[in-house]
Amino acid sequence: MIERPDSAVSSIAQRNLEGYVGFANLPSQVYRKSVKRGFEFTLMVVGESGLGKSTLINSLFLTDLYSKDYPGPSQRIKKTVQVEQSKVLVKEGGVQLTLTIVDTPGFGDAVDNSNCWQPVINYIDTKCEDFLNAESRVNRRLLPDNRVHCCLYFIAPSGHGLKPLDIEFMKRLHDKVNIIPLIAKADTLTPDECQLFKKQIVKEILEHHIKIYEFPHAEDDEDSKLIRKIKERMPLAVVGSNAVIEVNGRKVRGRQYPWGVAEVENGEHCDFTILRNMLIRTHMQDLKDMTNNVHYENYRSRKLAAVTCNGVDGTKARGQLTKSPLAQMEEERREHVMKMKKMEMEMEQVFEMKVKEKKQKLKDSEAELERRHEQMKKTLEAQYKELEEKKRQLEEEKSNWEAQQRILEQQKLEASKTMEKNKKKGKIF
Amino acid sequence: MAATDIDIFSGEEKRNLSLGGHVGFDSLPDQLVSKSVTQGFCFNILCVGETGIGKSTLMNTLFNTTFENEEASHYQNGVYLRPRTYDLQESNVHLKLTIVDTVGFGDQINKEESYKPIVDYIDTQFENYLQEELKIKRSLFNYHDTRIHICLYFIAPTGHSLKSLDLVTMKKLDSKVNIIPIIAKADTISKSELHKFKIKIMSELVSNGVQIYQFPTDDEAVTEINSSMNAHLPFAVVGSIEEVKVGNKMVRARQYPWGVVQVENESHCDFVKLREMLIRVNMEDLREQTHARHYELYRRCKLEEMGFKDTDPDSQPFSLQETYEAKRKEFLGDLQRKEEEMRQMFVNKVKETEAELKEKERELHDKFEQLKRMHQEEKRKVEEKRRDLEEEMNAFNRRKVAAETLQAQSLQSSQPLKKDKDKKK
Repeated sequence: MIERPDSAVSSIAQRNLEGYVGFANLPSQVYRKSVKRGFEFTLMVVGESGLGKSTLINSLFLTDLYSKDYPGPSQRIKKTVQVEQSKVLVKEGGVQLTLTIVDTPGFGDAVDNSNCWQPVINYIDTKCEDFLNAESRVNRRLLPDNRVHCCLYFIAPSGHGLKPLDIEFMKRLHDKVNIIPLIAKADTLTPDECQLFKKQIVKEILEHHIKIYEFPHAEDDEDSKLIRKIKERMPLAVVGSNAVIEVNGRKVRGRQYPWGVAEVENGEHCDFTILRNMLIRTHMQDLKDMTNNVHYENYRSRKLAAVTCNGVDGTKARGQLTKSPLAQMEEERREHVMKMKKMEMEMEQVFEMKVKEKKQKLKDSEAELERRHEQMKKTLEAQYKELEEKKRQLEEEKSNWEAQQRILEQQKLEASKTMEKNKKKGKIF
Repeated sequence: MAATDIDIFSGEEKRNLSLGGHVGFDSLPDQLVSKSVTQGFCFNILCVGETGIGKSTLMNTLFNTTFENEEASHYQNGVYLRPRTYDLQESNVHLKLTIVDTVGFGDQINKEESYKPIVDYIDTQFENYLQEELKIKRSLFNYHDTRIHICLYFIAPTGHSLKSLDLVTMKKLDSKVNIIPIIAKADTISKSELHKFKIKIMSELVSNGVQIYQFPTDDEAVTEINSSMNAHLPFAVVGSIEEVKVGNKMVRARQYPWGVVQVENESHCDFVKLREMLIRVNMEDLREQTHARHYELYRRCKLEEMGFKDTDPDSQPFSLQETYEAKRKEFLGDLQRKEEEMRQMFVNKVKETEAELKEKERELHDKFEQLKRMHQEEKRKVEEKRRDLEEEMNAFNRRKVAAETLQAQSLQSSQPLKKDKDKKK
């Protein structure tokens, strides 16, 4: 069964109101606004020709959607499967509804029906894609909702079981759209045959794990009972009619046979009323919600996941899906920035180290140079000093010697003077 | 023949059809309403006003309950926002109400940055919603919407005009949130003063181009009441949770020595009008406006900032896939470019430093050469001096020798005399 999305339940502070505030009025404000906006619904009918699809539509909406002026698709002979849509605007009780009926003439009519579901799938996907693109625009306007909200699948009343085509179609589409299977032309089955047929169909649906539209869990007990009753009668066996016949003074829609009238709206004759009530009067909104919250979201996440994992290795964790493609890119960008930072730091480090080394070498040579210079200076100074010392010594020696010489000279002079004297004296003797 | 060809025939023209009886889709609004009621509603109010102007009291009065609050001090360093969420229920309607208080607004000496935390908070809520909306796997229908639906701006009852802080703040907020200006503590203004005050405020708002929220007049059911209320803006309100006996009823009021101001008396203040407009009539419209106008504006700006466009240069609309793919390519290219840049920068740096160091080496080498030359020079001088000295020494020695030789000679010559002398004796 299709999983219904859970509503978040959280515990936040509760407060009791001590008087009438007025927000109980909110629902009526919502009501007013929704009526003003109007409603949209797209219904698709799929089934072989002649199963009474157009007639059923006319009966459901009590109107001639397909009439002489707008002949139904089945009136035309088709060679290929078509997907045709008709848009009508209907009003009732102040409520405007834009109804789009999508018909699939030619479905299952060919001899080889392989892939006859493909046009249907393409149509549904195209509508989803249109909505996705419109939703993702920068300038968004009011989004028209053309997505297929419900698909009525008509099963031929063979009485035996589902045909392979039925199973194939439903298996392929149950993930994309709400499927409601109907037994068409139910007035060819007696109630017992109908019961058996329904049981068989339900069994086959379960066997093939086909997910048809399920009713939401009802809060109300009354509603629960009703829903259970409906569930028991699924799939619904319907009869449609365009003609109004008089029965016992009442005007009813029905099919006139020699043996009686099969009334469309008689609950004992067929399940038409249940279908109409369920489809239109009670669960139309829920069908739209399921389409929006489940089927469309599936489509969207599939589409966007494909984009982000495009070109990148497919081993991305499932956790990636919780982000938007942009957030993912942001994260990748951040990772990259960190990686670059690390690289930068490493390169810086190596660079710094080398520079330090070189600088240190230079410093060392400079120091060496200084040292040698100092040394040389010292040596020179020592030499200078030595020379000075020697010079001084020499000067000293010189002056001493000169002094000595002077004394000697003096002595000599005196000696010679004395000698002279003596000489003079000597000679006299 | 396989039936695979598609032939989509779309009849886009809408026909009006009349129904032959009661089909029953007029229950659609009821279906929608019952779904909304089951889901519960969500409403977020932002109260902006100075400390002590009566924000918390008004909230209590509006919702007939006591929300927890401590009185705020006047000594906050800056403005910060305090959101609190409450679950309220009235008949079968559940409302998740979030009240965001601006603590510290108007208390600082320099209020130039006061509006920033408020704008940031509002933007953050938009951003959170946008992020949720852009996720691959998202759950929007049970997302707790925290976007601010209404900003009640509390104007101090000076009776003169708006403060410049008010104008600046409202101008910054008017494109981001629905603003309803209200005059707080209206029981301090007399009727005539109030009338003038209201006119002055509205004209100041208009002349400064501040867009406040206009109650919608396009829905016939509420046009009348909304347009008459639009004329009463800004609402002058009084809040009170205390009850006073008036006549034989207990009403919410403020008791003064000179009388009792009744909150719910329309001739005393506009509280009832505010409640009517805010909660009973236009709550849904406020939510809608926030989503359809303010949020869309934020989203548009943000996406354009990120480089998204709706059409490519040929005016062909982009599909989402193409857009994301293009973004991704751009992004990868960007990363690569950054890497290249960094490498290049490094190479340059290395070159530069190398050149620098080489230069230094050269300088050192030159210095070395120079010193060497100096040394040579000095050495030469020393050698010269040494030679001079040596020469001097030699000269001196020669003198000495010469003198000594002379002496020796003279001594010899005086020796014979002596010998003679000695002989004679």
